[in-house]
Formats: sequence, structure tokens, C-alpha cells
Amino acid sequence: MAKALAAGDITSVALTQVHLDRITSVDTDVHAFLFVDTQGALAQAAAVDAKRAAGEKLSPLAGVPLALKDVMTQKNVPTTAGSKILEGWRPPYDSTVVTNLRANDIVILGKTNMDEFAMGSSTENSAYGPTHNPWDLTRIPGGSGGGSSAALAAFEAPLAIGTDTGGSIRQPAAVTGTVGVKPTYGAVSRFGLIAFSSSLDQAGPCARNVLDAALLHEAIAGYDARDSTSINAPVPQVVNAAKSGDVKGMKIGVVKELNGDGYQSGVRIRFEESLELLAKAGAEIVEVSAPNFEYALAAYYLIAPSECSSNLARFDAMRYGLRVGDGEGASAESVMNLTRKAGFGREVKRRIILGTYALSSGYYDAYYGSAQKVRTLITQDFDKAFQKCDVMVSPTCPTTAFKIGEKSNDPIAMYLNDIATIPVNMAGIGGMSLPAGLAPEDGLPVGFQIMAPAMADQRMYLVGAALEAALLTKWGAPLLSKIPELRGK
Amino acid sequence: MSSLSRDDVANLARLARIQMSEEELVSLSHEFTVILDAVARVQEVASADVEPTSHPLPLRNVFRPDVVLPSLSTSEALSGAPAQEESRFRVPQILGEE
Amino acid sequence: MALTYDEVVAKYEPVLGLEVHVELNTESKMFCPCSTIFGAEPNTQTCPVCLALPGALPSVNEKAIESTIKIGLALNCSIAPFSRFARKNYFYPDMPKNFQISQYDEPICINGYVDVEIDTDEGPKVFRIEIERVHMEEDTGKSLHVGGATGRIHGAEYSLLDYNRAGIPLVEIVTKIVPGTGKYAPQVAKAYVGELRDILRSLDVSDVKMEQGSLRCDANVSLRLIGSQVLGTRSETKNVNSLRSVERAIRGEMIRHAELLNKGERVVQETRHFQEESGLTRSGRSKEAAEDYRYFPEPDLVPVAPDAAWIQTLRDGLPERASIHRKRLQEAWAVPDKEMAAMINADVLNLVEASVDLGADPTKARGWWLGEISRIANDKDLAISDLSITPSDVAQIVAFVNSGELTDKLARQVIEGVIAGEGTPAAVIAHRGIKVVNDDGALMAAIEKVCAEQPETAHKIRNGHLPAAGALIGAVMKETKGQADAARVRKLLLAHLGQAE
Repeated sequence: MAKALAAGDITSVALTQVHLDRITSVDTDVHAFLFVDTQGALAQAAAVDAKRAAGEKLSPLAGVPLALKDVMTQKNVPTTAGSKILEGWRPPYDSTVVTNLRANDIVILGKTNMDEFAMGSSTENSAYGPTHNPWDLTRIPGGSGGGSSAALAAFEAPLAIGTDTGGSIRQPAAVTGTVGVKPTYGAVSRFGLIAFSSSLDQAGPCARNVLDAALLHEAIAGYDARDSTSINAPVPQVVNAAKSGDVKGMKIGVVKELNGDGYQSGVRIRFEESLELLAKAGAEIVEVSAPNFEYALAAYYLIAPSECSSNLARFDAMRYGLRVGDGEGASAESVMNLTRKAGFGREVKRRIILGTYALSSGYYDAYYGSAQKVRTLITQDFDKAFQKCDVMVSPTCPTTAFKIGEKSNDPIAMYLNDIATIPVNMAGIGGMSLPAGLAPEDGLPVGFQIMAPAMADQRMYLVGAALEAALLTKWGAPLLSKIPELRGK
Repeated sequence: MSSLSRDDVANLARLARIQMSEEELVSLSHEFTVILDAVARVQEVASADVEPTSHPLPLRNVFRPDVVLPSLSTSEALSGAPAQEESRFRVPQILGEE
Repeated sequence: MALTYDEVVAKYEPVLGLEVHVELNTESKMFCPCSTIFGAEPNTQTCPVCLALPGALPSVNEKAIESTIKIGLALNCSIAPFSRFARKNYFYPDMPKNFQISQYDEPICINGYVDVEIDTDEGPKVFRIEIERVHMEEDTGKSLHVGGATGRIHGAEYSLLDYNRAGIPLVEIVTKIVPGTGKYAPQVAKAYVGELRDILRSLDVSDVKMEQGSLRCDANVSLRLIGSQVLGTRSETKNVNSLRSVERAIRGEMIRHAELLNKGERVVQETRHFQEESGLTRSGRSKEAAEDYRYFPEPDLVPVAPDAAWIQTLRDGLPERASIHRKRLQEAWAVPDKEMAAMINADVLNLVEASVDLGADPTKARGWWLGEISRIANDKDLAISDLSITPSDVAQIVAFVNSGELTDKLARQVIEGVIAGEGTPAAVIAHRGIKVVNDDGALMAAIEKVCAEQPETAHKIRNGHLPAAGALIGAVMKETKGQADAARVRKLLLAHLGQAE
């Protein structure tokens, strides 16, 4: 698409319109979008076309449309984080990610659906209704960033932005047959990213192939003085890595604790197959061990709720967002209580209460304090393992997309979706999921996860590109060409 | 093992300023018992000689120079306000004191 | 039963704890680059960060760190090689995030001390106040309570919030508990806050104006029976807005506690509010059901680890210690201790010094600031610093008196005029037509006139009854509209009436 735009074969306006039409056609079924910024997107597209006509030198992705997870602020565009408590809120400022997208002349089509405040693995926790997996509309698209990945799979947008705290980019990518990357923590600015768990959250690129994801990665990453946890170093050369795809001599570590034991059989099959392909491409497969990974889920479910219980305290009906209960006899306290009751969904409340508990005096050392120690142990496990290999791999998640409603009453079962993705966030390193094929038993997409050491994101793109190329050869066509036709209008 | 009673949950809900129905309090208290057992596993490995991480990155001393930059305009600042008066955010009477 | 202070200290000894909050004078806020200028229109100095909009992140003001380290060094603290910010979680509308970024178990400065000297029955005595910690945090927004009778929070219908102040850097200085002050507790506390204020002022890190809120003091007081090792229950008193109030508040609380204890009642651990008018405290929020702040390290900020070289540079750049500075002034000006104490007590020492720097004689400058100007301030019930007379004005007035253009009496008129806002001393002199009558001719004319009008008094003087001269001198002064030099008049008058001095 970018080449076509650059060559002048198509205008951005036309390209944007094509996508807007597609959204109109299929989104009633998919429900990937919470807000489609028709006017804004076309205006942006027109501006890019004008610049190109004027002969200005533009960035590689200029004029290409993109779907933005509704957790990133965009000035004057409704931003809800999937919650009722922010219904109708229009931020007065752009997140740094949006600023960077605009600087690259990427056209933002609209805001995508998500689990409320990024808490979930299925997008069923959205206050605005679930998103449906384009591969099978009765199934979940993953979460929390199901809207972004579904938009890609449904061809509603060629690029998307997601955020990942415990797997919220990678797991949706896996179950929708798309590519999703969580860069090293600190690689992409969190300024304007509505916070869920501050020490784990990270925004990242989503696309239908590895090179597109790399191009988007370079567009959004970089140091931001407004984010004190931002990495002050040049963005790694991920595009070059994606174009190279040469894994000869690279050591690929299969994590013993995440090798697929107990996972759905089709997930294992595709995983083993991918390993074989990488070996054929010249990589060496080694086994590594990370004994503390089994505690990662438990530690995550203490750290993330603790941080979120504090991050979400600002939603108090005083300065913005929903206000309930104002009237005769109301007090600031009663309005806060009633607003948060009405505005937050059940999963959010559950995690706030759990977090409040984990931070309480008397429990801090046992819960939050201990969980932060587990984090150290996990980081040490990664450090040790990366001495033996260049990247580590695993299936992205244990199953393919489950049915909407199937796990929503069982929080623990839901949490287990993240078992392979969470360790990456705990250590702050980079993780990518790319499509490994379809599970034979249900014909649904399976994801392959690649993990790279902190500040070495380019390695994910190198290995990812290699695998993608090998799979493409094997399939003869991109995986998404096999996606069932969406009925649409 | 670990459990939260309905009253414990009510206390936490008060700290978190979320009003909850009786049904919610009771069912959360049940759910928590299960979750807490699961997460208490962290204590199995969290020994005294392990340092807790609170940052994935070993950054230190990240500072901003003491320079004033433009603020939001008053209308931008108040743009989301549920109620405002005379350029200030209007909130219902505050019962507690600080 | 109302107790006297003496009765209280005969039976009980007080234990103090003082928490002082200082608003730093940085250009921008603690965690965002909004301006900190006082008095701006509401909500004109806010941004996503200090409004706590979703997605906003804090960034640390380097100058605030520097100022805090300077404060710690000046208070003889150790600077922690590693310190962290922490979230203090509680809900309140003036605190937009519903948590305050503060410091908890890893503050930036610890274990310091301040020595204060007060006057006791046994002469001057030095008390050492130990400092537990100095840490950084952020200020809250300001609420206006509308609809109630008094504009206070009780009974208000609603509140209006201005977040200009939210996020301004605050430094909190906490003492260890201070036993052993006995009956001097109120003075020691006052001296401590005053000394802190002087130190902070000399560091130029804050305006330290208690009346404006850039220096705030919370006083903790408890009583125990003399000789007991067991600490009593303490109360915390807020809203202490002047040095005088610090003294009064502690004194008042000591009496209140003693009255309760004598009746066999319990002192409630609570926050109380100091009432300026009555000098008493009113009960506020009970601290017995203490809010659980759920402190945890601030994940959006990274630790502070000031390197030794930076700390040394700051240490080298510290101004002369306030106490040493004062000793130096005292020697230079040859001022007796009592006078020195008087200047410090009246809070005019720096004003006197500034006047001296502009050329005024120290004794004369002191005389004006402690005398006439203090008197006027007391009459108007204002602090001296609130009067519109400056050290420059005083220096000029002293110069005018030296050159003879003003007499002391006329100088008083000029001072009054300057304070009334009529301008500089020169402007007041011109505007009011103040002039010393130096012309002997004019004086003799006045003297003769007066002698003619009061022949009996003149006769008395001729006969050697000199005290009577006062009445005639007064009449001459009146005749010359106060512009004569009284000493000159006396000389001429006596000579005229055949008497020598």
C-alpha cells in the first residue's frame, strides 16, 4: 500500500475511503471499532495527499490508514478505554504515540474496542459489547486489544496500535492470525496511554505481516521526555532486521516451562512445525529452562491490580467522565462511590479490590512485596537463559479462540490465557506473536511467540521474518487469505 | 487458607470508593478466596535475600529542567468537567476534611 | 477547671513533634512544567499531568531535587544515596490523582538537627531539635467552599476547585520527638520554626511566607507526668499561620491536655485546627480511624541517586549558616545580646541588615525598625513585612537625619508618610513640605513671639527654673509646625533668656 501511495497509483483519500467503506460493511458484525473518525481521517488523508503533491519527502507509511486502540488519548476524539466511566470524553491532548503517528502522516481511522481499562483476555469486558473474531464471529478475538487485531484480520485497517500489559497485543494477534509486537518496556512512550499497570504497560505495533509491524514500530518508538520510564537510546533497526530475515547460526531457546505441555493439541502441532522450519532456515534449537515462570501468573495478578487500583483512583467524577448521583443531599464522597459503582465493570472492580487488598498495611510484604521479588527472579531466569540463546520461543497462548461467553464466569480460567505472555512483561523485555498456521481440529489461528532480550527488539523481527517467509512458502499464500468471507452488507 | 470475609470486602470497597451491593460483596468474597490462594504462591519463592523489582529498567535520576512550558487553556482544562462555575470545577459538598 | 500554664508545667512535661511544609520557589511545578506563579486566574496553570487526566505521567523537576538537597545539607542531614518516590493513596477532590506522589520509607534526607537558642530563667539556653527526615511531595489544588455561612467546609453546599496550586513542589521537614523542653516548649517551637524559616530564606529556596502558605507548620503535642517515661497521647494542630501562633497553639494545647488529664479523661488522638481569634484549637478529623495510605513505590518515576560530586557542589555553595551570620553581624555592629534577641524576636534582623548594607548606621537602623516602624505595625495589627516601607527607605531617612535635613521628629512624619503609600522619603518630604527650620532668624522670631505670649513662663526661666523651658520649646515647635530642630530651639531660647545650658 505504501508503495502504491508513493508511486501515486492511489491517493490516501481513496485508500482511506476504501477502508471506511469496509468498516461500514463489516463492522456491525465484527464490532472492532468504538468510534470511526470519518471526517478526521479523510481530512488527514487529504492533507497527506496535498503534501505529496507538493513534492514533500514523506515517511514510508505516509497516507496509510491505521486503527488505534481506544486506550490512547487522541485530541478531541472520543476516548473511552472501553469503559462507561469515560463515555463521551474527548481528551484535550494527544498521546505521544498519536503525535508520532501524525508526524509520520499515518491516517487514524478510529478507535478500537478493548477490554475495559485493558483488563481481560477476550474483549468481553468492554462496556460497549464484545468484538467478534473475524475467523468465527461466535468467538472472541482475544484481549484486551481484540478490536485492533480483529480490525486487521477483517481488513478494516492494514495497521493498528495495541497495548500489552500481560499479553494484550500478542494473544489477540495469535487468535486472529495477525502479527502483534510488545516492544521492550520503555521503547514506546506511555504518555497518553491510559494507565492500567504502569510498570508493565507498553504500546506496540500490530499488522498483518512482520515488515509492516516493523515499519510501524519505527514510526512510534523513541525517547519521550514526558515519560520518565522512556528509554533514551536510538530505536533499534527493526525494519532492516525484518527485511533480512537471516537466522543462520542463531540460537533459538525453547522454554521448557512453556513448551506446550497441556496446551491444545493443534497449538502444539503448529509450534513444533515452526521450530522445524526455523531449524531448516539455519537456526539451532536449544532447550532452556525458566523455573520461576510458574510463579509469573500469580505475581502478575498481584502487581497489575495493585498498580491499577491506584491508577484508576483518578476516575472520581470530579474533573471529567461520568458523574452519577449529583443532586439533593449528594456529597463528593457519595458521588464518587456511585459513579465508580456505575462506571466500572465487574472485572475492573474485582481487580481494584484485589489491588487495594494487596497494598494494604499488613499485607504489603506478603503480597505486593513478594510479587515484586518474583519479578526479580523471572528477570534472572531470562538473563540466564539468554546466555544460551539469542531469542526464546513458545506458543503464544494455550488455546485457539474460545467461544464468546465460554470462560467469562471463570476468572482463573480466563487468566490462564496469559500464562505464556506474562513473563515477558514481568521482565520488561520484548515479545512478538506471529501466525503459525491453523489448528487442524478447529481451523482457527495459532500464534508463535518470540521473546528477545531487553533493548534487542530487532532480534524478534529477524526471527519473525524468517519464520513468516518459511510459512508463506509452505502455505503458498498468506494465512489471512484463508479467512472466511465476512457476510457484511 | 487465605480468605476475605464480606466485611473485609466492604472495607476495601470503602477504601476504593466503590459502592457495592450486598450481592457483589458476598460473591467477591467467595471469588477472592480462590484468587488469593492462587496468588499466595508467590510467597513460596519470595525469600528475604531477593531484591524486589519495581522497575524493569535500571534507570536513575531522570529529571526535567525547571522551565515553564505552556499549560492547557482554561477551557481545555475544564473541557471534560461534569460541572463548572467561574472557571473552576464544581463538585458536591465535601464531607471529610484534610 | 481552667488551669494556668504554670500549674500545667508544674505537673506535666510536654513532648513535641513538628512538621513543617515548605513550598519551593521553583519556576515550574514538581512533576510538570506548568508555571507556579502565585495569584493567577483559576485553572490557567494546569495541564494533563497536574489535572490527572487519563494517560498523563509525571516528570521530576531537577531544581526541586537540588533545593531539597540544599535544605537537607543546611539542616545537617545525610543525603540518601538512593531514594524513591512513593504513592500515598487517598481520595480527596483537591488531589486530582487521588494519590499524592510523596516519599515513604526512602526519603532523600535523614537524621539532621537544628540548634535554637532561647531565653530562660537561667539565661540563654540552646536546644537541639533533631530532624527525622526531609522529603519531597506535591501540593494540592485549592477549594472554595460555597454556600455555607462561614465559607468553611462545614455546611457548604458545594465546592469550587482551582488546580493551579496542584503539583507545586513541597518539602516536608519532620522532627524526631522533642522532649526536655519543659515549660519552654512554646518558645522552643517558635524559635525552631523561625530558625527554619531563616535558614530556608538564606538558601533562597522558598518565599517562606507563613501568611501566604509557603511555610506551614503542624504541631504535635503530648503531655506526660514529669519524670515518666511513658509518652502521652498526642494531638496534631494545623492551621498555624504565624510564628506567634506556633507559640500560642502549643501553649493552648498543653493546657487543654492537662485539663483533660487532671479530670481523669483521655486525650483523643486527632487533628485539631488552630483558631487565630481565640488562641484555642477546634477538633477536626479524628486520626484514630487512620486511613490506610497503601504506600508503594511510584512506578512512573525512577529512583533518585544523587552522586557525591553533585552533593559536594551544593554543599560548597551553601550560604553562611544563619547562626554564624548572626554572630558576625552582632560583632560588627557591637550590639548587646538583648538587643540582638529583640531584633530577632521582632523579625527585623534582615531588614536592619539590608538597611545597613545601603549605608545606614546599624544603631540608627535598628532604632527605626524596632521603634517607630514596629509601633506602627502593632497599631495596624500587621506584620512589619506587610508595611510598604523598605530598607532603602530607612537608609535614606537615616541619611536625611545625618545631613540635618530631618530631625528625628520629622523623620517620624516621613516614615508615617511612606507607610501610608505616599512614596519614597524624598517624595513625602516634598509633598508634605517637610523642612527643618534651620534659619536662626526664623527661629528667633518664633521664640520671641512665644516669650511674649507666655511672659510668666519666660520669667521663670530667666530666674533659673530651667524645666519650664519645655513648655516654651513645645510652643515654638507648634509655631514652626514641628519643623524646628528642638535642640537648636532650646539653645537659642535659653540664650535669649540669659541662661546657659
